[in-house]
Amino acid sequence: MEALIHASPFTGYVYPNETIVPWTVLIVVYPYLTGLVAGAFTISSLYQVFGFTQLRPVAHFALLISLCCMITVPLPLLLHLGHPERAFNAMITPHVTSAFAIFGYAAAFYIILLVIETWFVFRPHIVQQAQKQTGLLAWPWRILSLGSVDVSEKAMSYDRKWLFALAIIGIPGAHGLHGYVGFVFGSLKSREWWSSDLMPVIFLLSAIISGTALVIILYVLSCKLRKVAVDLSCLKVMAFSLWGFMMFTLLLEGVEFASLVYRGREGIDVIMEFVKGPLVIPFFILQFGFGSALPLAVITFLIWRGTSGTSLIVGITGCSILVLLAVLMMRYNVVIGGQEISKTARGLLAYHPPIFGREGLLAAGIVLVIPMVLLMVLVRLFPPWEKAAA
Amino acid sequence: MDENERLEPPDKERRDFLSCLGSAIACGAAAVAANSVASSATAATPAAAAAAEPAIPGYDWSKNQWGFGVDAEKCIGCLRCVEACKKENNVALDPNHFRTWVERYVTLQGEDKARIDSQADPVNIAASPKEGEYRFANRYKNANVEKAFFVPKLCNHCTNPACVQVCPTGATYKTEDGVVVIDHTYCIGCQYCVQACPYGARFFNEEKNVTDKCTWCYHRITKGLQPACVEVCPVGARVFGDRNDKQSPISQFIQNNRVRVLKPETGNAPNVFYVGIDKDVI
Repeated sequence: MEALIHASPFTGYVYPNETIVPWTVLIVVYPYLTGLVAGAFTISSLYQVFGFTQLRPVAHFALLISLCCMITVPLPLLLHLGHPERAFNAMITPHVTSAFAIFGYAAAFYIILLVIETWFVFRPHIVQQAQKQTGLLAWPWRILSLGSVDVSEKAMSYDRKWLFALAIIGIPGAHGLHGYVGFVFGSLKSREWWSSDLMPVIFLLSAIISGTALVIILYVLSCKLRKVAVDLSCLKVMAFSLWGFMMFTLLLEGVEFASLVYRGREGIDVIMEFVKGPLVIPFFILQFGFGSALPLAVITFLIWRGTSGTSLIVGITGCSILVLLAVLMMRYNVVIGGQEISKTARGLLAYHPPIFGREGLLAAGIVLVIPMVLLMVLVRLFPPWEKAAA
Repeated sequence: MDENERLEPPDKERRDFLSCLGSAIACGAAAVAANSVASSATAATPAAAAAAEPAIPGYDWSKNQWGFGVDAEKCIGCLRCVEACKKENNVALDPNHFRTWVERYVTLQGEDKARIDSQADPVNIAASPKEGEYRFANRYKNANVEKAFFVPKLCNHCTNPACVQVCPTGATYKTEDGVVVIDHTYCIGCQYCVQACPYGARFFNEEKNVTDKCTWCYHRITKGLQPACVEVCPVGARVFGDRNDKQSPISQFIQNNRVRVLKPETGNAPNVFYVGIDKDVI
């Protein structure tokens, strides 16, 4: 039994059962991944639905990124569950008052939607492969084409209508899924740190910036690997989106924090003790300073100076890396931070995540690498570039 | 229910068990058996059919409405309740898992806020004789204590339980007789309920990989017995009974005292009623 529990030290007074922090880094990774899904899907939708043609080089790539992250989303949850084999109980007998009961349906719906949309996007490629390949290699492609081999202009126009419709349904789908993750936290009245009406909106906006940042990084990286030039106008549109959504996120986070402090309800003393103490480095320095203020300033500078070429690419990619880390820190500060402030409002816990074990940092890291591995495979099977460039 | 019958020790044995809490070795087997009964009782109702009554011979859950009272004026902080609960319900003996615990509030002269600790505080654990036995260390011996009292805590079996609201599978539910229980055969171990409980009453049972908490000893009360903590309390600080019966200890307790509940602002409407607690009690 001893080895199984990971008790956290505390100051002040905490309820005895609180010393075992219930939600670990895996639950940090889970909203992070759903955020990346929503963000990458936003970039794809800006092209598919809103006609941002500059985003054409990354539109299909962003869709694949979204799909890979979404396939991985259930993994951290399953790893966290005490009885993962019973996970389907929530779908077989959903308890409708639970904010979490509908997750299975919402996630399943969204994965199916993403798969169908991806199929439509890559149908011409699938048909082409089915005709080009011979022998056994042709069969998987033939099966994937589902017998739909017509790639005439009329058929493609029909496909475009489907894609448009799917992307439109996908927007509330992806954002609803993530906004709802914010609700899972925001609706809990037991924790002052989480209990906020703004939580779903903040989660959603930070999701969009993290997804955009990931698409920027992977796009630039893929261009380097493929040895092709980075489409600067595409990069600029993504940088503008990043800048705009970051502004909103920061404002809302500021408003939320100000309200919390200004309301000054019971427990604010211990929250301020937390903010001024353990939160200084992860929040003020890492999340806000390096992860938000710095990239915002750098992007503003790049746009203002009309920077172009390699400097722009390096600057925006660097900022995107910082933003990705900042959103990860934001998830950490919300999920773990919320649990470090005791429900007694009279004490603080200090959670130090273990490195090894089912809920350790290593496991969380592996969960984050899996979508990248999936993406490497999918990009080879369904190249998102050639078609877009054609 | 044959199995339940078989596992159920005769009442005398049970009382013997409770009266000899000091000798854990002699009672070890009974504790294991009692725990099996506890599991069966809480697991008796599958989540999908939460409205169906568990098949407990001779017990009709529609006839009772259980309630719990705590008289903090009487509590002496002996912690027998905590030890009894751990043994009766086979709770892990470490200082991180409790179905019930006792808090100590001490206001020193010149201080505004009470200093709070429980038996799980490292200083108190260091002063305890061995694992599973708890003592409050005499840490205020040389201080000028203005006011001091103990407050026993346990699951409040709320009328509007936040834990039940958030459970994604319905594995935790409120019984007809007012007890919040967990179906250990249906719980997926997501710990959303642990987060939702404002009282810190729930914990994760690492042995069974499910969440766990006080059931007011459902396996005992449905047999006409008192919860273990109530039975062992030497000063009558814990009161339990049927609120439908106006002469029951709990009904009398509520009638004769000005009672209050913990954190009423949460809207959970707790069913553990307190007497003699101060503004500092959280």
